[in-house]
Amino acid sequence: MQVLGDNERAGSDFMLDVFKSLGFEYFFANPGSSFRGLHESVINHGGNKSPELITCCHEESSVAMAHGYFKAEGKPIAVMAHGTVGLQHASMAIYNAWCDRVPVYVILGNHADAAIRRGAEWYHGVQDAAAMVRDYTKWDDFPWSLTHFAESAVRAYQVAMTPPMAPVVMVLDGGLQEHPIPKDEPLRVPRLTMPAAPAGERGAVDEAARMLVAANAPVLVADRLARTANGMTLLVELAELLQAGVIDEGSRMNFPSRHPLNQTQRARAAGAEADLIVGLESADFWGTVNAVRDQLHRSTRRLAKPDARLITISTGDLYIRANYQDFRRLQDVDLAIAADPEATLPALIDAVRRLITGDRQRVFEERGAKLAQASRAAAEANRIAATYAWDSSPVSVARLCAEVWAQIRDQDWSLVSSYYSNDQTNWPRRLWNFDKRHQWLGHAGGGGIGYGAPASVGAALANKKHGRLSVAIQTDGDMMYAPGVLWTAAHHQIPLLSVMNNNRQYHQEAMHVQRMCNARNRGIDRGEIGSRLSEPNIDYAKLAQSMGIYAEGPISNPRDLAPALSRAIAVVKKGEPALVDVVTQVR
Amino acid sequence: MRTGLLFAAVALVAGVSMHAQSAPPKPAAPAVAAAPAGKVENGGVLYKKIGCYQCHANEAQGGLSGPRIGPGLVPYARFSQYLRRPTGEMPPYTTKVLSDQEIADIYAWVNARSKPPAVDSLPQLAR
Repeated sequence: MQVLGDNERAGSDFMLDVFKSLGFEYFFANPGSSFRGLHESVINHGGNKSPELITCCHEESSVAMAHGYFKAEGKPIAVMAHGTVGLQHASMAIYNAWCDRVPVYVILGNHADAAIRRGAEWYHGVQDAAAMVRDYTKWDDFPWSLTHFAESAVRAYQVAMTPPMAPVVMVLDGGLQEHPIPKDEPLRVPRLTMPAAPAGERGAVDEAARMLVAANAPVLVADRLARTANGMTLLVELAELLQAGVIDEGSRMNFPSRHPLNQTQRARAAGAEADLIVGLESADFWGTVNAVRDQLHRSTRRLAKPDARLITISTGDLYIRANYQDFRRLQDVDLAIAADPEATLPALIDAVRRLITGDRQRVFEERGAKLAQASRAAAEANRIAATYAWDSSPVSVARLCAEVWAQIRDQDWSLVSSYYSNDQTNWPRRLWNFDKRHQWLGHAGGGGIGYGAPASVGAALANKKHGRLSVAIQTDGDMMYAPGVLWTAAHHQIPLLSVMNNNRQYHQEAMHVQRMCNARNRGIDRGEIGSRLSEPNIDYAKLAQSMGIYAEGPISNPRDLAPALSRAIAVVKKGEPALVDVVTQVR
Repeated sequence: MRTGLLFAAVALVAGVSMHAQSAPPKPAAPAVAAAPAGKVENGGVLYKKIGCYQCHANEAQGGLSGPRIGPGLVPYARFSQYLRRPTGEMPPYTTKVLSDQEIADIYAWVNARSKPPAVDSLPQLAR
């Protein structure tokens, strides 16, 4: 049997050296023979440390876990997968990450040399592996030498992490991984130098500052603004300087939920009052300013004042793809700054500060006091709204979220997943006090269901080393896509409290079908058919227990919820995952 | 998942409206008394069966796409008129699929929902 000679090393050992230089803490993978060379290098050449292999039961889980990890930690994860069947599994999660502008570093194995392929490698072989996801990845390469690999591997990292961030793909040839190379072959690990994020042009920033200082009712609308914790700090500084209202559209943790200038819970009123709206990395600025009425004959209308002035600061103007339509409708604006808003805010803050006069300061202070009063009223309305159906069974979602909050509020917690995409039903955002970046991690991005469970596990893994209590409000339909991720959490001892929001249906889809029934004036009592997840009911506690996870439920009586949560949190604090299955009302 | 209609969606939190894009109806407790007689039990069955709960939640307290509609919140005239000819996102319920009596039954059920506990009596909702 051939073995590696004393004067040889594996090509994948060098590949791992390059990956280590990029600082990956983990590789997420469902094992696959097309990257067996790199797999072996990770566990033996690298000692399975930095990166450590995390065993996943589905490639969609691997990528969604990496998505969640990045949201919590701000660092990308590498995912290994087959170039064909693995990528096909992974593709939906890659699409979610791309829509959410989250970097995931995808490593694909592929045997290019047809002359020496084994049987299965023909099914796992492909001419252009990355073609399938090229529409929703930022860059890819299939290197033909180790020097080529090294440069492309570092370039891929730079491309993925430079705003606008997005997934990238590196296709690694099986031969390049497995063929031995002389130990003295001169190979260099390129130095990683991260480009500075693109900031706004000075003249445009000054003009934005003039408009902001002159406005009587400016509103700052932040969506994917805060790349880092500093993004939130900067937005707070700008808002306080102007005493301007802020609407946090929630793709990132942009603004403290209980800050007096936070108008998110009265966003429609704040938007309608505004004479200037500034979109900060808004994924859908048109949808911020306008609305579509979803009836048999759809219509649109403007929500903002007709003469409200509009500014955007967005990397969306720097990057657009043709096929997938995530770019949304084009909104007429008065000033568009093609830049990363977090990188632009320091200059904007300085420019605003220079323009503020004593008279304007007095106006700002009056405005801030009114906004604070409105914010307090909205918060109080939320508390009262949560009391309705308080004791009813199944458990109301408001009660569920209030019970969780009561038990975590004094701890260093992180809500690692919540599927609620608007603030009306986002009970955590309505009731909890979010003031740290890791407490709110946004959404799936592309609306692909099946994100929540794996993203929670990935984010919880990131939170583990910080000692944070990770909590997921886990919807049932989402869980059923790839529940094997529960095993990953158990196997790798990832502390995570999953509270099932088990309404026993794909609820949002049931509403869509109900809408069709009504619009067609027939069968209005049949809207749930095809969307129910009952008959039989799914026992999520048993599902979790079968994979080694502490679990309780199903719980239908709200009075049973607090003790169950308390017991589960005690397990999580010991470093293990736990699940509480709560049978809930619809959202 | 994210609708993007942020202004529209969040409005329901502060206001009480039949839907996000409709004008909030005025609270009108006296109008409840003026509503036609309805069968509460049948109203509850219908509320579930024809999908009201999908948007307004199981106890009419408001949910994903529909605001709280009871108890004692919306005058009957406004309630029935809106079901027939909604101006917001709510899909219409015509006479072909829902009779006037059935609307009255649903209205009776909505208004028979229990009042909630005082917010300050619930430690889970402490500020």
